[in-house]
Amino acid sequence: MNFWTNPVNFVAQWLLGLLTGWGMPGWLASLLIQFIGVVVLVSMMMLIDIFLVWIERKVVARFQDRLGPNRVGPFGMIQPFADIIKLLIKEDITPDGADKLIYNLAPVLSLMSVLLLWAIVPLAPVIFGVDLNVGVLYIIAAGAIGTLSIILAAWASNNKFALVGAFRQVAVLVSFEVPMLATMLIPTVLAGSMGMNEIVQSQNVWYIVLAPLAGLIFMVAAIAELGRAPFDLNEAESEIVAGYHIEYTGMKFGLFYAGELLHAFTFGGFWAVLFLGGYRFFGLENLGPIVAAVILMAKALFGYWLIMWVRYTVMRIRIDHMLAFNWKFLTPLAFVLLMLTALMNALLRGTSSGVYILGMLLTNVILGWVIIEILRGLSRRERERIEGVATVKNFPSPHPLSQGERGKG
Amino acid sequence: MQNDWLYIGLFLVVGALVPAMALMTSWIVAPKKPNPIKQSTYECGMETVGENWVQFKAQYYIFALVFLVFDVETVFLFPWAVSLGQLSLFAVVEGIVFILILIAGLIYAWRKGMLEWV
Repeated sequence: MNFWTNPVNFVAQWLLGLLTGWGMPGWLASLLIQFIGVVVLVSMMMLIDIFLVWIERKVVARFQDRLGPNRVGPFGMIQPFADIIKLLIKEDITPDGADKLIYNLAPVLSLMSVLLLWAIVPLAPVIFGVDLNVGVLYIIAAGAIGTLSIILAAWASNNKFALVGAFRQVAVLVSFEVPMLATMLIPTVLAGSMGMNEIVQSQNVWYIVLAPLAGLIFMVAAIAELGRAPFDLNEAESEIVAGYHIEYTGMKFGLFYAGELLHAFTFGGFWAVLFLGGYRFFGLENLGPIVAAVILMAKALFGYWLIMWVRYTVMRIRIDHMLAFNWKFLTPLAFVLLMLTALMNALLRGTSSGVYILGMLLTNVILGWVIIEILRGLSRRERERIEGVATVKNFPSPHPLSQGERGKG
Repeated sequence: MQNDWLYIGLFLVVGALVPAMALMTSWIVAPKKPNPIKQSTYECGMETVGENWVQFKAQYYIFALVFLVFDVETVFLFPWAVSLGQLSLFAVVEGIVFILILIAGLIYAWRKGMLEWV
């Protein structure tokens, strides 16, 4: 074993030898090493988080045909550090009647819930926090703490806008969790395991090929869970100003912001792990764990970029449309997909891998085509209904306002 | 196995300490000049009328009930999904029947008009 093939274990063994050599009892030394490992992983994620601010601002600028931050440092890369210093020295305002303890706890929880998720992400075959055998369930469990922090923040800040934001967030949570769970079951079915590392190991063919529809639904549900546009109803500026973080200033707001960005990046990472083959890239991961970790980060950034693309392209939708979209479309589709995947997986067992891949892909393509046909039929009926009403009422002009102005002149 | 959960516990502590440290730093270096206007509840410049912790009619409570059913049932589906590779076709079909019963519940709620915004 050397540093290149197994860096984490190498350093851990070296530290263990050093500490026990100093006369430290074995259990204390291993606990200390675990603690150091956690601190390193958390600091790494915080560092990435700081650069995510820069990436987000650069990308949104490009989408809106601007330059973005370009003054502080090369390509404006020092900008986030300047932002942090500004946030740190801002006065911290606690509103009257706020529940002090919960008000201060909520931003901490918001960032903590995201950091917790990184405990199970396999960065490489040998670089991971833990390889929990219930990994997929852990994502749901730890991810829900983020929503809890939003509800706590809104309730504690004693503000009506914040309260409305929290109520909307609950609506999102109770609906989009269902298709998300159902689509997380599909990689579990295909890999036969809930452990993240095993799911990655079994992806000789990326699951985005075997289950493209599941990948799509997972992405949509993840965007909704993140509370990003087009599902950012909990902080809709035009309606409730800033939603749940309306009363937060300075570093507390900064923590919410950092948590939100890292959450999006994390779900990009989970999307990569569950559907894009995690750290695997056509044998390139065999070069070494560090290369594998870089591959995973690149894929996570790709997922994050997709989330940003959707965010800056699609408009915010109304809450009843959002719930209807989830319960009348995504949820039934996700469960039909789950049933078909399980059935095809059982039927195609024992066939050659080529037939298996083709069967799975065809199932998805046919289901997708059927869905599109059904939607097309429904929209045609809806259009005919609306046009029928329009002809019955017989509007005098398509632009009543302009006609009125003409009449006045 | 226990070590895994110990690691998660450590992660919980460190993950909470890092943001808490940021807040602590801010508390030390940031100015503190509170006044009543600054601390009043933000409502676009208007004075707040009445209680802020208002009673709110959650119009989606039916969705929450449907969610509860689905969330509990999908937890039962995870063991089935994990062991699917070793199950016979009959057991797979049984799982599918289970999902169909779930969907029947959803269709019932749909037909009853419970999935409409009230």
